[in-house]
Amino acid sequence: MNLMVKARGLIHDYVSRDEDGNIEGKIRAIDGVDLDIRPGQFIAVLGHNGSGKSTLAKHLNALLNPTEGTVLIDGKDTTDESELWNIRQEAGMIFQNPDNQIIGQIVEEDVGFGPENIGVPTKEIWERVEESLRAVGMYKYRSKSPNRLSGGQKQRVSIAGVIAMHPKCIIMDEPTAMLDPSGRKEVIRAARALNDVEKITIILITHYMEEAIYADRVFVMDHGRIALSGTPREVFSNVEKMQELHLDVPYVTLLAHQLGRSGLKLPEGILNKEELKEALQSAVPSAFIGE
Amino acid sequence: MFKDITLGQYYQTDSILHRLDPRVKLIGTLVYLVSLFIVRSVPGYIFAGIALAALIRLSNVPFRYIIRGMKSIMMILMITVLFNMFLTPGEPLIRIWKLSVTREGVIFAIRMAIRLVFLILGSSLMTLTTTPNQLTDALESVLGPLKKLHVPVHEISMMMSIALRFIPILMEETDKIMKAQIARGADFESKNLKKRIAALVPLLVPLFISAFRRANDLAMAMEARCYRGDSGRTKMKPLVYKKSDYTAYAIMTAFVLCCVALRIAGF
Repeated sequence: MNLMVKARGLIHDYVSRDEDGNIEGKIRAIDGVDLDIRPGQFIAVLGHNGSGKSTLAKHLNALLNPTEGTVLIDGKDTTDESELWNIRQEAGMIFQNPDNQIIGQIVEEDVGFGPENIGVPTKEIWERVEESLRAVGMYKYRSKSPNRLSGGQKQRVSIAGVIAMHPKCIIMDEPTAMLDPSGRKEVIRAARALNDVEKITIILITHYMEEAIYADRVFVMDHGRIALSGTPREVFSNVEKMQELHLDVPYVTLLAHQLGRSGLKLPEGILNKEELKEALQSAVPSAFIGE
Repeated sequence: MFKDITLGQYYQTDSILHRLDPRVKLIGTLVYLVSLFIVRSVPGYIFAGIALAALIRLSNVPFRYIIRGMKSIMMILMITVLFNMFLTPGEPLIRIWKLSVTREGVIFAIRMAIRLVFLILGSSLMTLTTTPNQLTDALESVLGPLKKLHVPVHEISMMMSIALRFIPILMEETDKIMKAQIARGADFESKNLKKRIAALVPLLVPLFISAFRRANDLAMAMEARCYRGDSGRTKMKPLVYKKSDYTAYAIMTAFVLCCVALRIAGF
């Protein structure tokens, strides 16, 4: 079986040119990235601003082509012009700003936009629109104007618009950055449900650590390279390294880490409250006698 | 400030006119406008007026609502009437200073006023009963033959519908920037016209920058969703003529023939 994403020695330079077309400057946004993502995985990519994570995302949808190296999406080379539309259909993309990616003036028309572009027959478009809107729980808003929706709802409509193209993989480029906490939850819940139920590969680019703890694998990017990778537990165990990369670890993980440093015997990489409570119970049983 | 801009306003209700194919309404409006210039006598105007009244009745849009939209046009109408009254050469009726109201001028002005009022009522009836989206679809379809002459019909209608989608977003943004600038001491309400125009610069510059950024984002999002012009594109809501649409075309033809007959008969 093909890997969903396979990148080898991926390098991307942003080249700025002066008026005569001479090269003025070069910024290396991605610097030798190897990436293997299997179908059905939930992947989180973390990194501070300018670490190259958004550039990486654009490579996975063939919006950008590698300066050096190769990117294969489901076995198809992103530089192959003849596969361009197949790649974009298979690897859908969600962007940060919910307003700037909704084209239709009515929710259902926006969801139908992608299928229209790939030439799906009218009757099937309607079926796909209904099924995708139901998958993200937005079916009852189908005839509303997108302007009347909240940020989280708009992002869910965008997700439905991508699902309607029947992708194998969805790349989400900071989909929650402009949302309030409840909107953020809505979007992450929708993404996890798609991964669970439909087995769609999700690549979530984010700088909220809490969103990364559900991932099968986490990649941390820094200066265009992958600085850390592994399961969320493995990655978040490196509290010092993460702080070096100007990234926070989830609050509970940090608390456990600090407690550990001040003498308590706690395991590294605690990800949620329940785990912390359990660890504390076995480390200091006397503290819980009263409970 | 922007509340009174009503572009392509749609009045949501159910009626025969609302259900008609947008192409019928678009062509019908054009036909009506042309026939307003075919008729040129009192019986003719009465005939056109009755037809319009019947359509308004059929549309289920309250008459008062339609009239409200006329208010902003009143000024232009008055100016047109005045100019026509004074500047048409002919037999003078009243002299005011160096200008004179001519008999021909009065007749011409009245005729012009009636035509303008009917024209505006007729076209606003179309926008009131047709969503902007249907309208752009209709335009794309009606202008379709021009594609053979390499007129980018699909692109134009796509641009129109995107523009319509972004009007409320950009208005909201304008409001935000305005408030931000007011908080920094900008004065948008000054009586001094020069100051007021100067105050627009710090409003328009950020607005334009943000509009370009949005356009860039949107273009990328469209490409990511496989948009590549109208080649190989299917439609989610294709326009299909129904029986009632053919009836409407028949009535339309009859109406034009009546107008032509009135003109020939010399009424």
